[in-house]
Amino acid sequence: MFKCSLEKNQNLFAEIAKNAKLYLPVDNADGSASYGEWSEGVKWSDALNTAKSAKDFFFPQTEDLMGFKTIGKTIEIIDTRRNSEDFVVFGVRACDVKSFDILDRVFLTDPCDSFYANKRKHGTIVSVACTKPAETCFCSTFGIDAVSPAGDVSAWKTEDALYLQANTEKGKALVDSISSLLEECTDDAVNAQREKTAKIFDKLPLKNLSTNSFGGGKTMDLFDNPFWDELSSSCLGCGTCTFVCPTCQCYDIKDFNTGNGVIRYRCWDSCMFSEFTKMAHGNNRLTQKERFRQRFMHKLVYYPENNEGIFSCVGCGRCLTKCPISMNIVKVMKKIGGNKGE
Amino acid sequence: MNKITDTLIPAIGVITDIKIDTPDIKTFRIVTLDGKKAFDHRPGQCAMLSIPGVGEAMFSITSSPTNTEYMEFSIKKCGCVTEWLHQAEVGQQITIRGPYGKPFPVDDVFAGKNLLFIAGGVGLAPLRSVINYCRHYRDRYGEIDIVYGSRSKADLLDYKEIIDEWSADAGINVHLTIDNPQDDWNGHVGFVPNYVKELGFDTNKTAILCGPPIMIKFTLEGLVSLGFDKTQVYTTLELRMKCGVGKCGRCNVGSKYVCKDGPVFRCDELEELPSEY
Amino acid sequence: MQKIIGEQLIDKASELLSNGTVSCVLGWGLGEFGYDVTPTLFKSVEDLKKGFVFNDFCGANFSKYLVEKTRKLDGKILVFLKPCDTYSFNQLLTEHRFEREKVYVVGIPCDGMADISKVKAVTGEGILTIGEENGKIVVTTLYEDEPVIIDVEEVLAERCINCKSKKHVAFDEIIGEEGKVVESGRFDEVARLESLTPDERFAFWQNELSKCIRCNACRDACPACTCEKCVFDNPASGVENKSPANSFEEKMFHIIRAFHVAGRCTDCGECSRVCPQNIPLHLLNRKLIKDMNEFYGEYQAGEKVGSRAPLVDYTTEDIEPCEVFDRRDKNV
Repeated sequence: MFKCSLEKNQNLFAEIAKNAKLYLPVDNADGSASYGEWSEGVKWSDALNTAKSAKDFFFPQTEDLMGFKTIGKTIEIIDTRRNSEDFVVFGVRACDVKSFDILDRVFLTDPCDSFYANKRKHGTIVSVACTKPAETCFCSTFGIDAVSPAGDVSAWKTEDALYLQANTEKGKALVDSISSLLEECTDDAVNAQREKTAKIFDKLPLKNLSTNSFGGGKTMDLFDNPFWDELSSSCLGCGTCTFVCPTCQCYDIKDFNTGNGVIRYRCWDSCMFSEFTKMAHGNNRLTQKERFRQRFMHKLVYYPENNEGIFSCVGCGRCLTKCPISMNIVKVMKKIGGNKGE
Repeated sequence: MNKITDTLIPAIGVITDIKIDTPDIKTFRIVTLDGKKAFDHRPGQCAMLSIPGVGEAMFSITSSPTNTEYMEFSIKKCGCVTEWLHQAEVGQQITIRGPYGKPFPVDDVFAGKNLLFIAGGVGLAPLRSVINYCRHYRDRYGEIDIVYGSRSKADLLDYKEIIDEWSADAGINVHLTIDNPQDDWNGHVGFVPNYVKELGFDTNKTAILCGPPIMIKFTLEGLVSLGFDKTQVYTTLELRMKCGVGKCGRCNVGSKYVCKDGPVFRCDELEELPSEY
Repeated sequence: MQKIIGEQLIDKASELLSNGTVSCVLGWGLGEFGYDVTPTLFKSVEDLKKGFVFNDFCGANFSKYLVEKTRKLDGKILVFLKPCDTYSFNQLLTEHRFEREKVYVVGIPCDGMADISKVKAVTGEGILTIGEENGKIVVTTLYEDEPVIIDVEEVLAERCINCKSKKHVAFDEIIGEEGKVVESGRFDEVARLESLTPDERFAFWQNELSKCIRCNACRDACPACTCEKCVFDNPASGVENKSPANSFEEKMFHIIRAFHVAGRCTDCGECSRVCPQNIPLHLLNRKLIKDMNEFYGEYQAGEKVGSRAPLVDYTTEDIEPCEVFDRRDKNV
């Protein structure tokens, strides 16, 4: 374990930024936070988390896949892929770090998605432990330890220092590159912080939320649950929950005519949208209830069924904060899962 | 990086022949720029075809894997991509990627079995690949029955091939039907599900079904009433797809992705899934 | 703090359900933390007692739900409408989006709704309970030993700070006192933007709209956006898009939407309330309302059922198009 005085964090950022682009949560004028590129003087936000998740770094909202030139009846394919630059994402919370694992299982499974894989290869994740979780946090439901976050490097921020621990080769390389600013230290301060924060986690209102009723093999038990009607009845069918979600990964592939060629790009899509499954000759999910059900069944049943029981939710609480009608996965889990969670 | 292949990046194909099958179905023959077959496939698998600027869509490969020279796609005009293809000419280039999906178990489960193919309308397209594969390796299979129906005589896909080749084969019984009577038609008239029941097949067969969802539903009920078990019946599904490899997230039925875990399903497997297809 | 309390509304709803006037109630459903209320259909007195709430966080405008719910449900629907919601209600009736007879409107007074992000700016994260005491909001949190007491005025939503009317323009009955149209400074921010140079104004909107993630929440919550099929959802339209792929598309969606609802937008402010990226979308609509007021005389959409918006009502006194150019030259 290494430490660096908090006063020197700008020097630390400057040192990291020498070798790679550095992104970290920064405060916005409206009181929220979002990831921004560090340059001299840019301050690391104290906010618990960013309004949008960190998935954009590896799975951006829009991304060019390839280009085409068409002349007469002929087509030329232009490979527009470029090697990603090396970059560091600093200050990622444990929930968002876990989301990368969930996305990896989709994008890196054979056949590997080269667009995503390239960015994963060039990105280094520095996580940071939580000390002041919000009432909307429920990461522990999914076995995430917010006081010991994963990532290439784990970090803990105390009142006066930043503690760092490398977990991977990439992480070691990053820590080595800034070693002139670090001093070796014991785990004591970090352990004390862990203990203190754990007590706060014990008091979180959603700490007992249970996944017992969900998981692989529960499709037929839950699909026709009578509560889907009620839960979805005021859903607006917007894509807010899916777009702020760190694990929602559905995408669309579209062509854009630039006037002198065609760009094929992919963009985030949402199962909440009415034409998500619309084909030329029909649509297998005609009602908002069916679309709503799909989103939660995917996260709580289908994904775990295909991925060794891992749920596709990390309990970050963004959908709880952002849904225009305050309908969210916690309300769904409590209602559909019986009241076991209470 | 640029040398890494990605399944989303297609190859270029050329349309070398266009056959007008029915008023709204054409069959396109496609090869690569150097005149070869784009890739090998198994019966029942699919490919993504696209026209840059128009869009990309999944189609079942109609030709048999035993055809090593080219691929064929029988495509019904019903959306943006298909409408564009229908006005395309020979020599037009398109993009192609694949093969996608799980094929019919032609070499293990089907081997040695009597086969009953049942198709409605353009649903014959994916089955034609299987039928011609089985005809190629004729001695591996028992008796073959083909029940095929469409709206009218003009709407019967591959009519010439059915009459000239399939019907002429020993051990293949072809049963054609059309929805309504017409002057130049002496064959059976009526819907496929009813015809299947009228024909009253022995249950010593493996059935392979493809057609509109409503036809599949009633035909399956008909087969069950004849004594067939759902483990003896295979079908192929179609849902909206974008990636073809189980990542874009839209073609799932329960935890199964039609593009990757399907499109071929045994009917008892479908019973384990929500009826959202 | 609201003058009326949930119990009064539950009693009224129970009475109307029990005597058969209505078959269900569109109201606010209890959440996990007090502030996360969900629009909910209540079908029985028991349901109401279990889950109906009314507090400072009941901002959702129910008018738009009536388009879908009146088609789907049998019998009359009881809907509780705040004064600003009633303008949307009338506008939807003007556009024949649902049948008036299928709805029973109970007008309820509103003292302004709170914005939870403003509350959190005061209390910090970790809200455990939100209550009311002596007209103040009382919040207990994980991190403060003592409850935090807040004046609702300090945390009012932007649209409520600039409330345009406390008057119900549509109702079958009203609970509490009938309010009045009030003076508001709702065009002040528009005037400030108008005073900027075109470059500054462009930079302002560029910055705001670049935050858009095209979740469509603004459109989906907007009571003026009730097209059966939105042009932006239609692949055949050529403008269907699921993401702001470039800066032109970022702006196009919002500007087209603002123009499409011009003259029909009642300035209910739902667009800005639901935006997950905190884009002040209502300013686009207010600019158009302000312009129309200046060009054609004061007009409030939804004030009267059947009124004709200036843009669809030709008169010989209408402003000449060349005026627009004059104003452009004057940089207004």
